[in-house]
Amino acid sequence: MADFIMPSLGADMTEGILVAWRVEAGDRVKHGDIIAEVETEKGLFEIEVFDAGVVDRLLVQPGPDKVPVGTVLATIADKMAVATVPVSEPGERLRVSPAARKLAAERHIDLNRLEGTGPQGSLCLADIEHAIGETVKEQAVPAPAEPKKPDDFKAGMRQAIAAAMSLSNREIPHYYLATDIDMSRALNWLAEQNRERSIKQRLLPVVLSLKAVARALEKVPELNGHWVDGQLQLKREIHIGFAVALRKGGLITPALHDVNRKSLDQLMADLGDLITRTRTGKLRGSEMTDAGITVTSLGDLGVQTVYGVIYPPQVALVGLGRIRERPWAEQGLLGVRPVLTATLAGDHRAGDGHQGGQFLDALGRALQEPESL
Amino acid sequence: MIEAEIRTHIFHGLELIAPEADFDELPAGENLREELDIDSYDFLSFLIWLNEDLGVEIPEIDYEKLITLEDLVAYLSQRLN
Repeated sequence: MADFIMPSLGADMTEGILVAWRVEAGDRVKHGDIIAEVETEKGLFEIEVFDAGVVDRLLVQPGPDKVPVGTVLATIADKMAVATVPVSEPGERLRVSPAARKLAAERHIDLNRLEGTGPQGSLCLADIEHAIGETVKEQAVPAPAEPKKPDDFKAGMRQAIAAAMSLSNREIPHYYLATDIDMSRALNWLAEQNRERSIKQRLLPVVLSLKAVARALEKVPELNGHWVDGQLQLKREIHIGFAVALRKGGLITPALHDVNRKSLDQLMADLGDLITRTRTGKLRGSEMTDAGITVTSLGDLGVQTVYGVIYPPQVALVGLGRIRERPWAEQGLLGVRPVLTATLAGDHRAGDGHQGGQFLDALGRALQEPESL
Repeated sequence: MIEAEIRTHIFHGLELIAPEADFDELPAGENLREELDIDSYDFLSFLIWLNEDLGVEIPEIDYEKLITLEDLVAYLSQRLN
């Protein structure tokens, strides 16, 4: 038997509201199935289950009350255990006492959903009375919370961001590095690619940058991980948190999965999907927690240099500024090139500037070979 | 297609991205993306929407010509008529 608990969807979350169940007791679930919806300060999230089996009991009913992180919301019986529980197969006759059958019929209780406590697992009158009690309780549950007003949402979002960033500034000894990257090769290659593509297939420069960050992390994996209980836990997969600003205020940094293993086309499609789901409140819980590093791209606003604050428990944040034409000296010649300032905020507990320097160097090099991204 | 119609189409597309914006208050001659806080992803989505709505394929090289609302109206009216 496994517990399904109120998950923590980030360093800033201590409690959440169970808005809805997507399953009922008795439903079969597998790893990754969405079984609940939870609301936090940052919005509504779809929550996956990570244990395969059968939903045993739903212990918490949806409602407006906040539930602390770690509270057991449901129990999931594993397959082995299920196999040993006598389950009535279709066609197999249920053992039901006559009085129980009569009451169940009167009150429209589905006998197949009940577990009997009588002799040999038969359903007796008490089981039906218990089930009626449960149904009444279910009906008495208060309606889920009203959708939050914009002002409440804004205030909650600010509080959540403040909590995470205060934690970051309190506990993480940040170091900062910056480098200028000549983007002429990358942008020329991209323009050539996009010329041949219909508008729906075009790539944005940030997709190249994200793939290049993944390449650089393959070379310097120490920046891809979580700082937990005083030590660095490296991540094998390269999931990159991408900062998405919300029009109603605030931001969310959901994870773009397996960036190193995806083609640029796939990344563009996945990024579009992620941004859309972030802005419409359709993110999955795991996307809030499994990024090993974050990228924040503020270039659209004309920002040149981003001084990032690391999102705990991650140990690094990459900042991307605007790509703009600047004077560029190379091999004794002065020219004008499109230049990107990339920055790294690193956690000194997990590593040093030397490592960070290697990362930015690898990032710059990867962007000089766009065709191999 | 007359310019007023083109404007209506543009506003429909922008509304999907910036539902809170009041297009009647949009100052003439201003940078549309800055005015409505439209990032590069939203801008691309908007152009895709126009493509589906009006059937106009805007090459990337023309993006820099589309700064203000008036630019966009003039560009589309030339391409459509």
